[in-house]
Amino acid sequence: MMVDGVEDEEKWLAAGIAGLQQNAFYMHRALDSNNLRDALKYSAQMLSELRTSKLSPQKYYQLYMRAFDELRKLEMFFKEETRRGCSIIDLYELVQHAGNILPRLYLLCTVGSVYIKSKEAPAKDVLKDLVEMCRGIQHPVRGLFLRSYLSQISRDKLPDIGSEYEGDADTVNDAMEFVLQNFTEMNKLWVRMQHQGPAREKDKREKERSELRDLVGKNLHVLSQIEGVDLDTYKETVLPRVLEQVVNCKDEIAQCYLMDCIIQVFPDEYHLQTLEILLGAFPQLQPSVDIKTVLSRLMERLSNYAASSTEVLPEFLQVEAFSKLNNAIGKVIEAQADMPILGAVTLYSSLLTFTLHVHPDRLDYADQVLGACVKKLSGEGKLEDNRATKQIVALLSAPLDKYNDIVTVLKLSNYPSVMEYVDSETNKVMAMVIIQSIMKNNTQISTADKVGALFELIKGLIRDLDGAAHDQVDEDDFKEEQNSVARLIQMLQNDDTEEMFKIICTVRKHILTGGPKRLPFTVPPLVFSSLKVLVRQLQGPEENPFGEEGSTTPKKVFQLLNQTIETLYGVPAPELALRLYLQCAEAANDSDLEPVAYEFFTQAYILYEEEISDSRAQVTAIHLIIGTLQRMHVFGVENRDTLTHKATGYSAKLLKKPDQCRAVYACSHLFWVDDQDNMKDGERVLLCLKRALRIANAAQQMSNATRGSTGSVTLFVEILNKYLYFFEKGNTQINAAAIQSLIELITAEMQSESNSPDPAADAFFASTLRYIQFQKQKGGAVGEKYEPIKV
Amino acid sequence: MNYLIGAFKPACNISITFADGKNRKQISIEPVLGKKVEHNGVKIELLGQIEMYFDRGNFYDFTSLVRELDVPGEIYERKTYPFEFSTVEMPYETYNGVNVRLRYVLKVTVSRGYGGSVVEYQDFVVRNYTPPPSINNSIKMEVGIEDCLHIEFEYNKSKYHLKDVIIGKIYFLLVRIKIKNMDLEIRRRESTGSGANTHVETETLAKFELMDGAPVRGESIPIRLFLSPYELTPTHRNINNKFSVKYYLNLVLVDEEDRRYFKQQEITIYRLQENS
Repeated sequence: MMVDGVEDEEKWLAAGIAGLQQNAFYMHRALDSNNLRDALKYSAQMLSELRTSKLSPQKYYQLYMRAFDELRKLEMFFKEETRRGCSIIDLYELVQHAGNILPRLYLLCTVGSVYIKSKEAPAKDVLKDLVEMCRGIQHPVRGLFLRSYLSQISRDKLPDIGSEYEGDADTVNDAMEFVLQNFTEMNKLWVRMQHQGPAREKDKREKERSELRDLVGKNLHVLSQIEGVDLDTYKETVLPRVLEQVVNCKDEIAQCYLMDCIIQVFPDEYHLQTLEILLGAFPQLQPSVDIKTVLSRLMERLSNYAASSTEVLPEFLQVEAFSKLNNAIGKVIEAQADMPILGAVTLYSSLLTFTLHVHPDRLDYADQVLGACVKKLSGEGKLEDNRATKQIVALLSAPLDKYNDIVTVLKLSNYPSVMEYVDSETNKVMAMVIIQSIMKNNTQISTADKVGALFELIKGLIRDLDGAAHDQVDEDDFKEEQNSVARLIQMLQNDDTEEMFKIICTVRKHILTGGPKRLPFTVPPLVFSSLKVLVRQLQGPEENPFGEEGSTTPKKVFQLLNQTIETLYGVPAPELALRLYLQCAEAANDSDLEPVAYEFFTQAYILYEEEISDSRAQVTAIHLIIGTLQRMHVFGVENRDTLTHKATGYSAKLLKKPDQCRAVYACSHLFWVDDQDNMKDGERVLLCLKRALRIANAAQQMSNATRGSTGSVTLFVEILNKYLYFFEKGNTQINAAAIQSLIELITAEMQSESNSPDPAADAFFASTLRYIQFQKQKGGAVGEKYEPIKV
Repeated sequence: MNYLIGAFKPACNISITFADGKNRKQISIEPVLGKKVEHNGVKIELLGQIEMYFDRGNFYDFTSLVRELDVPGEIYERKTYPFEFSTVEMPYETYNGVNVRLRYVLKVTVSRGYGGSVVEYQDFVVRNYTPPPSINNSIKMEVGIEDCLHIEFEYNKSKYHLKDVIIGKIYFLLVRIKIKNMDLEIRRRESTGSGANTHVETETLAKFELMDGAPVRGESIPIRLFLSPYELTPTHRNINNKFSVKYYLNLVLVDEEDRRYFKQQEITIYRLQENS
């Protein structure tokens, strides 16, 4: 059926066009021979094609356009006819003899156009007559097109101010009245379409209606173009009349379209000055009207208007634009109880954008909007609607974008409350937005209170909000989020130690709620942040950085640190904890707090012993321990001995021989700290190195036994390098002879048959030898020292 | 019956002329060249006749006046007789209807003893002007079908002259049917005869579309109908007890199932003195 329908429609259109063209042909002939009678007859017949009910608006439009073109020719003819002496008044009567109303009215409008141009009667009278007579067409589509024809031919003939058709004192009113009446009638016809025809074709009808809507809207455009419609007229007449029609038509499609039309066609300034009237209409619209979009566009326009020039801002204040909009939105939401939450949120979002643009200095306005939003949301529970949450994000992002400053935003007391109503996913998104804003703008958040508020805001990232919601969190996303939090923690700064300590405590309180998955990301930045406080105190200009008056002593900081790092046990993340302990130990070292440093080391050792079992991790850990320990100068002999002893012990107990070897020779440094004379124990250095050599040897043999070839000589070369280092540093225990013998040992190893070639080791060795040569050739003290070594 | 009548050309030609249409009228009689016309007298009659077509062409003279123009004698050459009917009553207008005709005629008779009389007719049209009526109320009426359709219509007058224009409006008070269109018809009702022999003939002279499409409650549709394009006559009421011609405005609403709803109202048509 439907397919047939479309085909039939094509046929009907073709037939209509053919009929129209045929009569147009005869009409032309009559025009050419100046035969008025026939011209009228055939033009009426031609226009009769427009009486069809079989075409959809789109097809009808095609037919109409053809008729329109023909009518232009007829109009020319009428004009000539009056020049030839035919009275225009007679013509005006003559065309009304046509029996069918539709052709009659098209002809009447056409002659009417000539009539106005002739100025034999005031334009207003002719227009009034035409617009009245057009009432005869009550068929929606035909009526809309006829009236649109009327609107078309009259556009340049309105008795507007400054127009050649200008009439008496009331002329603008006449022009306006005409357009308004035509608009009203067209809208009625348009709305009526909705209620005619079978219910099952509702969709089709709505589609057809939307195709016709511009015919109706055009009238508003014409109104906006009338010169004489100034602000007062607009306020007193045009707007109330248009709104009256819009409200009273009680039609969703019309209300939605026309409200938008009003907003789009009239100037911003008018809207601003008539805000109350305009907004007053909104709560009266049908509940199904998409008010949010329309109102949002109004606010958007006004925002842009405000942004366009600072000169217009006083106007906004003068008319109290914000409070009016705010009230209106409140009323709309109240009036439309069924409005989905998305609508309300969108409205608030637009209003917020508006107030941010227009009243950037009025934070209270923004807060008011958020407060209203919270109120609305509170009745709804958590948001489910995806689009609504998107709007919430937009709403919450707006102040951030505007102020570029979270500190300002934190002053909005309702801001966190709004955050409460979004789901954890959205909360995260929002938190990310906030963090990014802080990063981008390098915002200083310098008090513990603000930090607390901020972390409360971004709690979606800080902890699991609603238990089991995390079934499928993308690992990468999670890392990204936590890294952001980490960066945020690093950004928190306050030069005042007291406050900074408070900030750290606050942050700590929050991040500890994060659970094992988050701690590895959040603890390190906190630790380093705390360490920075210590560093700053050390470098600070105050004479007594740890003054008694301050309660933030380094000890306190370290206590906190200790407790913080301990939390990683539960994760578990022993390697990370170990690193952090060592870091803290070093800081304690810088602060000259031996017991603290010792404690940290102890903790690190315990971790090493109890928690780090993976051999590779052990290797890394032991090297870290050695490295850190080497730099410690705070320890007394006893403590130091204990720690170094332990470290050497651990080294020798590593699983793989090469690892053992390397750890052991690294330990040699523990006994030789360059800038501290009391820590130069040449003998123990040598012992370490010898031990390393032994292990290297054993490794060599093991390799020989298990694989039939000795391993690489790399270890030996490495040990040789250690020899050379201490030799140069003046360790008397390391002498040229020892070096000499080691070189020979290596050379021998390399030449042994069982040795598997290793180019890297060879190159390493060759470089080492070259270095020795180089040192020899340097001459002076160094050259002399190297002299005995023969290569 | 003289069978020779019609076998020859008439003995003379008679022409009737109106010099000025009022009183200076004359007839001239011209014999066929070179012959004389003997006659028993010449007379002229003015007749007002009503002719009913269905009545076997019989007609009825409601006016009959005679003027003797000549005593019996001979006519040798063209001879002209002026004549005048000065105070004739011509109360009725000439009318040409479906079943009836009202005509005025001048009849010249040249009576001859033999060969039959020579008779010549000349029709003339009579128009009677009416001054504008002193009382001319509008026609206003509310009609309807219960719970279905209620309309109120108004025609600005009840009496229209022939070149008049009907102005009015139709106001829809209730619409529960799907109206397709609305027309205003001008109907002429000619009734002839009387009693059981009355013949009524109704013609629709104009069908003028007033509205296209379905209106809703509260719509008001304008009427503007120019009467000049239509061939109307004045209303004739009971002309000599023979016939009447009445005019009606018929408002017709047609619904989508082509059902017609109508209301007929009589209007009076009169002839207005032109240039008055």
